[in-house]
Amino acid sequence: MTTPLHRYKIVQWIDYRLPIFSWSHEHLVVYPAPRNLNYWWNFGSLAGIMLVLQIVTGVILAMHFTAHVDYAFDSTEHIMRNVEWGWMMRYLHANGASMFFVVVYIHIFRGFYYGSYKSPREILWWMGVLILFLMMGSSFMGYVLPWGQMSFWAATVITNLVSAIPWIGETLVTWLWGGFSVDNPTLNRFYSLHYLLPFLLVGVVFLHLWALHHRKSNNPLGIDIKSSKDTIPFSPYYTVKDMVGLGVMLFVLAIFVFYLPNYLGETINYIKADPLVTPPHIVPEWYFLPYYAILRAVPDKLGGVIAMVASIAILFVLPWLDTCKVRSARFRPIYKQFFWIFLADCLVLGWVGANPPEGSFILIGRICTVYYFAHFLIILPLLGKFERTRPLPESIHQAVLAKKGGDDAGSGSPGETNAAGNP
Amino acid sequence: MADTASESDQTSPQGEETRRDFLILAAGAMGAIATIGVVWPLIETMNPSADVLALSSTEVDISAIEVGQTITVKWRGKPVFIRRRTQEEIDAARAVSLDDLSDSESDEARVQKAEWLILVGVCTHLGCIPLGNKVGDPRGDFGGWFCPCHGSHYDTSGRIRQGPAPNNLAVPEYEFLDDTLVKIG
Repeated sequence: MTTPLHRYKIVQWIDYRLPIFSWSHEHLVVYPAPRNLNYWWNFGSLAGIMLVLQIVTGVILAMHFTAHVDYAFDSTEHIMRNVEWGWMMRYLHANGASMFFVVVYIHIFRGFYYGSYKSPREILWWMGVLILFLMMGSSFMGYVLPWGQMSFWAATVITNLVSAIPWIGETLVTWLWGGFSVDNPTLNRFYSLHYLLPFLLVGVVFLHLWALHHRKSNNPLGIDIKSSKDTIPFSPYYTVKDMVGLGVMLFVLAIFVFYLPNYLGETINYIKADPLVTPPHIVPEWYFLPYYAILRAVPDKLGGVIAMVASIAILFVLPWLDTCKVRSARFRPIYKQFFWIFLADCLVLGWVGANPPEGSFILIGRICTVYYFAHFLIILPLLGKFERTRPLPESIHQAVLAKKGGDDAGSGSPGETNAAGNP
Repeated sequence: MADTASESDQTSPQGEETRRDFLILAAGAMGAIATIGVVWPLIETMNPSADVLALSSTEVDISAIEVGQTITVKWRGKPVFIRRRTQEEIDAARAVSLDDLSDSESDEARVQKAEWLILVGVCTHLGCIPLGNKVGDPRGDFGGWFCPCHGSHYDTSGRIRQGPAPNNLAVPEYEFLDDTLVKIG
């Protein structure tokens, strides 16, 4: 592919040997994206940018951090107090993790609403679920590194989940710890893996994008691209649109980093880890709260662990649980309502997870857990059978132009001139 | 065409397995064994190292512990509770019918000397440290320990009585070296 840069001899010379210019041009500039993508389609690229920001700040932090039980807490404070701009790097990294989860959760719910997981995007979706798992592992191990009280006890509680596995659980936990409790070997290997996982993430993100560019983006109408009139080039249209979202996201991130840097953290994590004293109230980071609520909703150790893992693993089979052929909730009046109920259910689970397991929280947690699984296992399969979907538009460009035609028909957007030629 | 050619290479006219099939299988099996052989030491490195294993016992002087008092010592990175039980606590632990216990164990089987209850102070649910050693700590509904994380109650023998924990507080290996010295581990 010849790019505008091919007017330079050096570009031609390089591109002939390593087609990096034509490849970038193909995937970042002329890549045909549906012309009707809305702002909910910003969140994929925002998640990618957050991953880069986490890697950059993380590499900087690693230059000043010491992964040893005697120095981890102190070196974290050293970063905060002595290292030039260290406070900003750490606050960006800690709040960046939260921002990363915010955009990824919105990205996932975008997928739920517009049926982005349906054929032919199942493997694209799988890669996404894998990304979520890797993110959770990475953020959990990162949270352990400052070696505060919550770091230590989060590590203890979460690694103990493994001990619920029958027969080999105890052996497995000892292996995971490298000792008989969470201790220096645990901290060291968590540091090693925390540095590794983001690069595995980059690899899976690459597969995620490969699958995306192979079968192209879904869109708010959920219908396939049928001709070039349904698409516009990725650049400048969506690079610019993504920039708008990026501005908003960085604005929100800056508010947290500069004005509320510890709002999402736990005060008790500024107390150095003490293996002999458990804090009175252990809570995970906010982005784990719904799963934590599901864990505690089951009054059995192994059962709780299975339910918690299943709550995410069930996403792998979602493309087959939702049997409706229509993708977008715009044309699924009943599913649209259940989507919002499901979103509310997840938020309530998060609220229950943040509270101690007492009184009515236990009951609410159990009801919401049952509903969470019922949504996937009962509601979605039944909707596929009984829901009457609305008629789908002929094509993306016809739907877009029909909507535009109301106020000013034929105002010269790209591809419109030939619209009449399409049956 | 290529398919038919390779088929005739690999299978004899009667459809029997050929020497090539055998070679591919044998090479594949050797490859798998070699992979396991390489991965095994990689996995083994993550198990407790020799110095961690060497620290596996500790000696404690218990002469200063008053009746009704509990001390905490660190063993293998975990807290070990040593409680000098009162007569009421012993009686309460021994009066319980074994049918009332979810992890059925008699108090006699959990102590070497009735007065001294020695336990690993780690909740068997998810590894928190139960409360109940200090004056004023909640001791749960059965007078032993209470885990604040997810609400497990343990009795005066450290047995699970209520809550999500599946097992009794573990009894570590220990021996009384003399009347005032106990070796844990």
